Amino acid sequence: MKTEEITHLAKLSSLEVPENEIEALSEALESILQLANQLQSIDTVGIEPLFHPIEMITPLMQPLRPDQVTELNQREANMANAPAQFEGLFLVPKVID
Amino acid sequence: MTIEKLHEALINKQLSSVEVTNYFLNRIDTAKDLNAYIDVQPELSLAQARQADQLIAQGNQGYLTGIPIAHKDVFVTKGWKSTAASKMLGNYQSPFDATVVEKLGMLGSGMVCLGKTNMDEFAMGSSNENSAFGPALNPWNLDYVPGGSSGGSAVAVAAGLTIAATGTDTGGSIRQPAAFCGITGIKPTYGRVSRYGMIAYASSLDQAGPMAKTASECAWLMNAIAGKDLRDSTSIERENEDFTRLLGANWDSSNSNASQPLQGLKIGVPKEFFAKGLNHEVKLAIEEALKQFEALGAVCVEVSLPKTELSIPVYYVLAPAEASSNLSRYDGVRYGYRSEKYKDLAQMYTHSRTEGFGAEVKRRILVGAYVLSQGYYEAYYLQAQKIRRIIAQDFQTAFTQCDVLMGPVAPDVAWKIGEKSKDPIAMYLEDIFTLSANLAGLPAMSLPCGFNQSGLPIGLQMIGNYFNEAEMLQVANHFQTATEWHSMQPLQNVAGEKS
Repeated sequence: MKTEEITHLAKLSSLEVPENEIEALSEALESILQLANQLQSIDTVGIEPLFHPIEMITPLMQPLRPDQVTELNQREANMANAPAQFEGLFLVPKVID
Repeated sequence: MTIEKLHEALINKQLSSVEVTNYFLNRIDTAKDLNAYIDVQPELSLAQARQADQLIAQGNQGYLTGIPIAHKDVFVTKGWKSTAASKMLGNYQSPFDATVVEKLGMLGSGMVCLGKTNMDEFAMGSSNENSAFGPALNPWNLDYVPGGSSGGSAVAVAAGLTIAATGTDTGGSIRQPAAFCGITGIKPTYGRVSRYGMIAYASSLDQAGPMAKTASECAWLMNAIAGKDLRDSTSIERENEDFTRLLGANWDSSNSNASQPLQGLKIGVPKEFFAKGLNHEVKLAIEEALKQFEALGAVCVEVSLPKTELSIPVYYVLAPAEASSNLSRYDGVRYGYRSEKYKDLAQMYTHSRTEGFGAEVKRRILVGAYVLSQGYYEAYYLQAQKIRRIIAQDFQTAFTQCDVLMGPVAPDVAWKIGEKSKDPIAMYLEDIFTLSANLAGLPAMSLPCGFNQSGLPIGLQMIGNYFNEAEMLQVANHFQTATEWHSMQPLQNVAGEKS
């Protein structure tokens, strides 16, 4: 796998790959894709993808629950996990000057 | 000590839940070297135990009230940290309990939480070595891995650091560590148990289940955790089921022969599970176990699951694809790790994710991004989903010839720490026998069936058809009534202490 390809994938994933790790990572991804290439040998003409096992179990549906409040507002407990906050707002670096 | 015995002792007031909880908290403290737990909060556990004792004193207890349990750190818990063994969630304090935790805890069955168990980061791994907190150690031999990803839960049960534990299984993560540590674990049918509050890895494959010494204990735990949850739209509406109802009953109710309780049971033995690459000692132990089932009256028939080997590439395309999407939520804004080095917002995301995730997690995110990207989507992702349907259909063909399937959980026993950690592919290949049950959504379990020459446990896998957990537990329970493998204790069950 080329360096540009790795960098592109990393960018899509919001990850950074340090230059000294690119080679090892490229080898690892190559071998994983080699494994994945075994899939190409199977004839799947006329076979529908099975995106979710639930389809094997029960007819697919999009159930809706009653529109009722079930959770209490836990603003403070939720905000307590924020890496940076101010008066109940999440803080991030300035986006617009 | 089993759930059944402890229940008796608690309701007869021979023991209090506080005494039991203290006993286990002490053991956990003594066995710290096993690294089975990520977070222990004795005060919280003891407060729950006091509550349980009160319920028992008032006669308001259920079967599990006052009995301790440990939760895999992939379930979010109020009070204890919820980290998924990742630096990314190293300090995360959940404002709510996962449904499984809630149902087992004081608002449900009244079990006492002993703490959070070690695991592979975000449940990605087969050895527990991908934990940001270091690997848990196999209590049968401390130089060996306990399996993964629910490694800490398996260690805690095997070493007597809890009575039972929760686990999750996306590609074998309950069954394989159960096998490597010599305990019993079951991954229920997809949708049986709510995923609400389970930190997501691959949502169409993830399923929670119990781990304990015996199948009958797992049945009691299944009673507590199974059921529709409005907060998980993929949990399935079913009539309430008592998973213990068949324990001890003969397979065929018209058969009154007590020495052959499994008369009429047809066991399918997939020939692909015994192909080359299967460790010789594992093979022998499985064959012995199958003979035991025959002695109990069952009949073994050879069946075929022709795509067994392909389940590896199918899984290692689909699971990373779902993971790359699920893990995009970690951006260092609302919760989780935030890097200290960044110039702007984009860099803050990138640096936080790069520093917060471990190597295997990042590899899977990148593979997922690749197989979902334009130009590769059809060849990899879509093709894998099509083969997934073939795999699911192959199981249904097999189940026309048998009631349950049996074979090894894994092609090997536990390996040495460090032996495979540098080679992701070598590790992936070890998952060959467990992946297809997840791809199809079928229930599957692991039960102890022997040891190799060096004293490492071997696990037998049983795969059932959809919603057949009670029947599987019935079959497993008969095996455990006739064998002693599940009651073996590791010599070094607590570091330094011989039992």
